Amino acid sequence: MTSTKQATPATNTCLALENVSISYGSFEAVRNVHMDIPAGKVTAFIGPSGCGKSTVLRALNRMNDLIEGCTLKGRVVFDAQNIYAKEVDPVEVRRRIGMVFQKPNPFPKSIYENIAFGARINGYKGDMDELVERSLRKAFIWDETKDKLKESGNALSGGQQQRLCIARAIAVEPEVILMDEPCSALDPISTLKIEELMHELKKTFSIVIVTHNMQQAVRVSDQTAFFNAEAVEGGSGKVGYLVEFNETERIFNAPVQQATQDYVTGRFG
Amino acid sequence: MLRRRPASDRLVDGGFRNLTIVLASFVAITLLAIFITVFQGAREAMQTFGLTFITTSNWNPVDNEYGAFTAIYGTLVSSIMALVIAVPLGIGTAIFITENLIPLRWREVIGVMVELLAAIPSVVLGLWAIFVMEPFIRPFLQFLYDAFGWLPFFNSPPQGPGMAPAIIILVVMILPIITSISRDALNQVPNELRQGAYGVGSTRWVAILNVILPAAVSSIMGGIMLSLGRAMGETMAVTMIIGNSNNFSFSLLAPGNTIASMLANQFGEADGIQVSALLYAAVILMVLTFTVNIAAQWIIKKLSLKY
Amino acid sequence: MTTTFPASSKSLHFNPSLKRNRLDQFLTGLAGVFSTIAVLPLILVLLYVLIQGGRLISIGLFTQLPPAPGLDGGGIGNALIGTVVVTLIASLIAIPVGVGGGVFLAEYSSGGWFAQFIRVGNDILAGVPSIIAGIFVYGAIVATRVFFGQSYTAAAGGLALAVLMLPTVIKTTDEGLKLVPRELTWGAIGVGASKFVTVTRITLPSAFTPIATGVVLAIARAAGETAPLIFTALFSPFWPEGLFNPIATMSVLIFNFAIMPFEPQNELAWAASFVLVVMILAANLFARWLRRFAAK
Repeated sequence: MTSTKQATPATNTCLALENVSISYGSFEAVRNVHMDIPAGKVTAFIGPSGCGKSTVLRALNRMNDLIEGCTLKGRVVFDAQNIYAKEVDPVEVRRRIGMVFQKPNPFPKSIYENIAFGARINGYKGDMDELVERSLRKAFIWDETKDKLKESGNALSGGQQQRLCIARAIAVEPEVILMDEPCSALDPISTLKIEELMHELKKTFSIVIVTHNMQQAVRVSDQTAFFNAEAVEGGSGKVGYLVEFNETERIFNAPVQQATQDYVTGRFG
Repeated sequence: MLRRRPASDRLVDGGFRNLTIVLASFVAITLLAIFITVFQGAREAMQTFGLTFITTSNWNPVDNEYGAFTAIYGTLVSSIMALVIAVPLGIGTAIFITENLIPLRWREVIGVMVELLAAIPSVVLGLWAIFVMEPFIRPFLQFLYDAFGWLPFFNSPPQGPGMAPAIIILVVMILPIITSISRDALNQVPNELRQGAYGVGSTRWVAILNVILPAAVSSIMGGIMLSLGRAMGETMAVTMIIGNSNNFSFSLLAPGNTIASMLANQFGEADGIQVSALLYAAVILMVLTFTVNIAAQWIIKKLSLKY
Repeated sequence: MTTTFPASSKSLHFNPSLKRNRLDQFLTGLAGVFSTIAVLPLILVLLYVLIQGGRLISIGLFTQLPPAPGLDGGGIGNALIGTVVVTLIASLIAIPVGVGGGVFLAEYSSGGWFAQFIRVGNDILAGVPSIIAGIFVYGAIVATRVFFGQSYTAAAGGLALAVLMLPTVIKTTDEGLKLVPRELTWGAIGVGASKFVTVTRITLPSAFTPIATGVVLAIARAAGETAPLIFTALFSPFWPEGLFNPIATMSVLIFNFAIMPFEPQNELAWAASFVLVVMILAANLFARWLRRFAAK
């Protein structure tokens, strides 16, 4: 089995992957992924480590461009345009598809500047103070930071830093937010806060989240994609592929594929 | 019952430890001996000339009158000017070979070449400066004199060796240091920070100038200070091309002197109080380089940003 | 929600006329120009050394003495031997002392004031201008004639170079030893090996490549040094006469002959530069290979 095209629910498609394969140098990481990621919902990518779920996520806003030797075949369609077309500016793509990373990565600047930076480089003309406050409020971190906006973002706790990074991402008003295991470095209470936040955020943004935590996928997502890895014929490494993509409830309660069934019930491996 | 270690075994163990302590203390002994030797020799001149040694530029072995102002001024001007030119070149090169602007293979080639440049002996660069570089740039220096001769910095005709070619050769010598330290500093900036910058829609240079460089700035500053120390103490190439004149001139086109090149030139043939005067100048050079080097260590240790 | 961002054209296409893209291209071009300027001196110096020095390479260059001022021909045989001798003396002093000091810092010190003091002292010593090292050895050894009443000697030159090599050797040993996984040391101590056996049989051999790389680079640097030699080893137009007489070295020969107004001497300076640069670059490439070899 190399690919499985799933019937996707009839909602607006925000990002469409058409036969996407991604390689690092000569090593193929993910093969033949087809999927339509719906707008205005939370889509979760789950799967064992090494299945390429993070690689696919980073492909959605051309973050893989920063990795030496990483190439993509196929098409990723966003707003009726293939973002991998030659004439596309990856900077433009990233402005409309924001990202939150696994490890909180505030800039070594003040909390205020962390938010204002993205807006300023995007040519924001409005009231910056107001934007900073609005973004911090939306990321549920205004109360903790309003008295220390001039302090370094690094002075915050890990969970606060991650919410600051979410605030930073939403300040530039993207259409999609990609989250790469945003809670893996956080304690359970911070994780809960971020999950709560995601329910709020999906009213405004489409969200794609990679998670290694199946309960989290159940709690936050509307759609779930299960990725798996299989050995390559004659090769040494494993190549990732999309097994199944459907409503979260279906994936966890009535999956079509045996592999999905095994994984979600913990009989994997 | 536990077997006792033989006494000889313990003796070797303790002896080796003590040996390493003795060898390590050679660092302190050498440093101390350098201080004592140079200060001791400089005492006579310090007592004779006092602080006027620093402020006067009359260097006259016939009348035994010594003032090192020309050499001190030359040391500071040549090294600072060299720094002003080399810093943007070095940081620009470091960015070019770390920030994914060109294919990896080319970045490696440039990196290796810059490192090999650092390995070329100073005296070979001096030889090249005398026979190749200085004749090549002389028309340009002549142009500076013709066009801007009314400025005090260019008010003498270039006549071969001088401050300007010395500055250029110093640039060549410190460029590899600044480049490799800046490159290490940029490589140490965590990739998460880069991704964060690109993730909010930065272009390459917005990310470099606003996020990546500021995160690396303390290490780069430390490297700049280290190379300033190196430039002030650099001897051979400068000696061969600066002209070794103790006549004070503002003009960069005129021959000048630095403390190090004055030492290289005169120390072998000096006697009497001239030796002491030269050692006094050496003390000043040591104070300058020590201050700069300690400042460099301090910057690296204290100002390093946490990210 | 009020959007105050500039109305995006919704196009994802690269627009080269945007200010940010023009700035990006300009700065990339500028960095490229800077890099070109940075590598240009190496290419030019190597080119001239190869052309000017390479054409003079002959057997006689290595077997003959330099000519008297004004005369033709001759070679740099004595200076070649002298450079080897002086560098060897420096290595024989600086390597044992430096490795020993590095072992102390990495293995025996527990961050006390003495180790701290040695580390800072080492950094300061590394920053001492090379001419100062020459003056120090002149004052301490040449002027006092401690070596059998001799003033300028090959031994004094070697000592001056050793002063310059020492900090590098200590630092590379210290850092090389710190790279050795602690588990390895614990393993040896765990089976009852004494500290001495652990350090000499386990830790030091495991750190061999980084230390050797640093030492090779330090030797290469010392071989090209001139300033510390001009008042210690001085120069000699004759073949080396033991360790306690003045000795010719290639670096001092280049310096002396470069500033002479005679064509044959200038040419020998280029030839000596060629030999010196080839030796030093070979050592650097060897060190680079050693590092890469160790990484595998």
